[in-house]
Amino acid sequence: MAVRSIDKVSGTACVLRGDDIDTDRIIPARFMKEVTFDTMGEHLFEDARKAAKGNHALDNDAYEGAQILVVGKNFGCGSSREHAPQALMRFGFNGFIGASFAEIFAGNCTALGLICVTLDDEPLAKLMDSIELDPGQDVTIDLESRTISYRDGSIPLTIADGTRKQMLEGTWDAMGLLLDAQDKIETTGNALPYVSGY
Amino acid sequence: MSDTNNDTSNNTPRTLFQKVWEAHTVRELPTGQTQLFIGTHLIHEVTSPQAFAMIRELGLGVRYPKRTFATVDHIVPTDTRIRPLSDPMAEAMMSELENNCRDFEIELFDIPSGQQGIVHVIGPEQGLTQPGMTIVCGDSHTATHGAFGSIAFGIGTSQVRDVLATQTLAMASLKVRRVNITGKLGHGVYAKDVTLAIIRELGVNGGVGYAYEYAGPVIDAMSMEERMTLCNMAIEGGARCGYVNPDQTTFDYLRGRSRVPKDQAFDRAVEIWRAFASDSGVVFDDEIELAGESIEPTVTWGINPAQNIGVGGRIPNPSEVPDDERASIAEALEYMDLTPGKRISGTPIDVAFIGSCTNGRISDMREAAKIAKTGKVDPSVRALVVPGSHEVAKLAEEEGLDVIFREAGFQWREPGCSMCLAMNPDKLQGREICASSSNRNFQGRQGSPTGRTLLMSPAMVAAAAIAGKVVDVREVI
Repeated sequence: MAVRSIDKVSGTACVLRGDDIDTDRIIPARFMKEVTFDTMGEHLFEDARKAAKGNHALDNDAYEGAQILVVGKNFGCGSSREHAPQALMRFGFNGFIGASFAEIFAGNCTALGLICVTLDDEPLAKLMDSIELDPGQDVTIDLESRTISYRDGSIPLTIADGTRKQMLEGTWDAMGLLLDAQDKIETTGNALPYVSGY
Repeated sequence: MSDTNNDTSNNTPRTLFQKVWEAHTVRELPTGQTQLFIGTHLIHEVTSPQAFAMIRELGLGVRYPKRTFATVDHIVPTDTRIRPLSDPMAEAMMSELENNCRDFEIELFDIPSGQQGIVHVIGPEQGLTQPGMTIVCGDSHTATHGAFGSIAFGIGTSQVRDVLATQTLAMASLKVRRVNITGKLGHGVYAKDVTLAIIRELGVNGGVGYAYEYAGPVIDAMSMEERMTLCNMAIEGGARCGYVNPDQTTFDYLRGRSRVPKDQAFDRAVEIWRAFASDSGVVFDDEIELAGESIEPTVTWGINPAQNIGVGGRIPNPSEVPDDERASIAEALEYMDLTPGKRISGTPIDVAFIGSCTNGRISDMREAAKIAKTGKVDPSVRALVVPGSHEVAKLAEEEGLDVIFREAGFQWREPGCSMCLAMNPDKLQGREICASSSNRNFQGRQGSPTGRTLLMSPAMVAAAAIAGKVVDVREVI
């Protein structure tokens, strides 16, 4: 398996305010009627953007080309659809900074090599304000030093140790690791009564 | 992550979660995660095609095809089943699943088999879901299977690929929160109300990092189908999985099901299953308690499942809540177009939907039918009953429930996910407001970008269909 270490994401950032933004909002279910992920990026937040009539963060020209999405609490809650991070990735986002992320969403991001990191409420609010004032500034999520740096300084970020390690060592795609344990998989399976017979 | 889950010494009391986790541990990974063996892998047409494409591209096969089971549920129409399906993309998805199952020798519970249904309805029904198992599916409502004392959770498509290729997953362990429901439930209060009350109490992200162990007298008294409803919505509270310790109710449900061992093997299995239950004296990472008597028939008023109140309650007023809640309540009320301070009962509805992996089982059909007998669907309401599986439909038809529903003005449909997520033709139109027995009231969830959802129990939905507005089911039964 190819191994690609991911130590940072750097670029401009887009601020998307609001808590509990669910995966149905990120990619409405009707656009999942596909057998590939190819078209997901085209429908990112489609209904929310239509409802906002041009006032959605993703339609703000100042955020054009942003690599990082800054969000609130519990981003990506709801459905387990990997279509949601696929849509975000295909739109151009590689890193997410938020107050918190839903568990399955964060796991799906890791599997795609997308970084999710969290900040406490106060530094997150300051970061959001700063980006909205000056959307052209560079923001860097640095996993090596566990910091986010932007115009107003450098602040510590939070990420689970295991996830950070997966990113830095290039094992975020677990397939390679999992395939390495063929014999042990069989031993574990055979020890289970429902596999070997009650 | 707390390390309390990883103590393997024999003398230490353990939770069911710890026992199942340890039995399925292949090895600890250098990342600190566990490589976990998966007992049952359920797949469906929406989240599996890309996973099969990935294993084909990598030149890999399916490691344990006999531990993988497929069905079609999300995109299937519930009116006609004639192939090819009228929606070409739905037809393509169904064909893709059929081809993948044929090529990799995976059993498919398709429509001609007579056993098709919502993946979380047919797993238990067929006896594929058993205590002490690990169960995954590319669907967040996999938590449902925890009702049997299995550790069951939803995964993304990359992980579906991992499980297809290796029958294992890389996963970090979870903490365990015991959720005790004391006392007993009042008349007209159902498992759906309990699960909504828990979500309101703990919040939509209160369960992140936890597995929920549901326990206490109310849970002990629940049927397996009620426990499935309860566990189904663990994810709406942020918990990836929820479970109930296996007991006699569990074993009685399993006995005689097609994939469950028979005769003496069944007795041996019961002993093994029983031993998975959490030990007495085990210390949980967290514990909370809720009085069964305090739970009312519950209705959501907002755009996430925690935004709910008892049917006797009033819609919250943003000006009367703490600062940190104001914005989200205001956003929800703007979307829902509901009046702050007004009672939720009396809210007019346009559509009534009974079904889904939360409430599409035979006991749900029976409870709703009891209400359907009391009147006719209001002429302003479009009402659908969608059984969770062919087995559920068959049982219901044997009992004459389909006739009761039809005579009352409900449409009796073919099984599938239907209007829970509206990937098939069953959708809300425009601003329609739907009384729904499903699990999510997110913006646009039921197929119209501006459609609105009020979550409640199937009996409450049936009562709302007849009244044309939200009513307290206790006044009907």
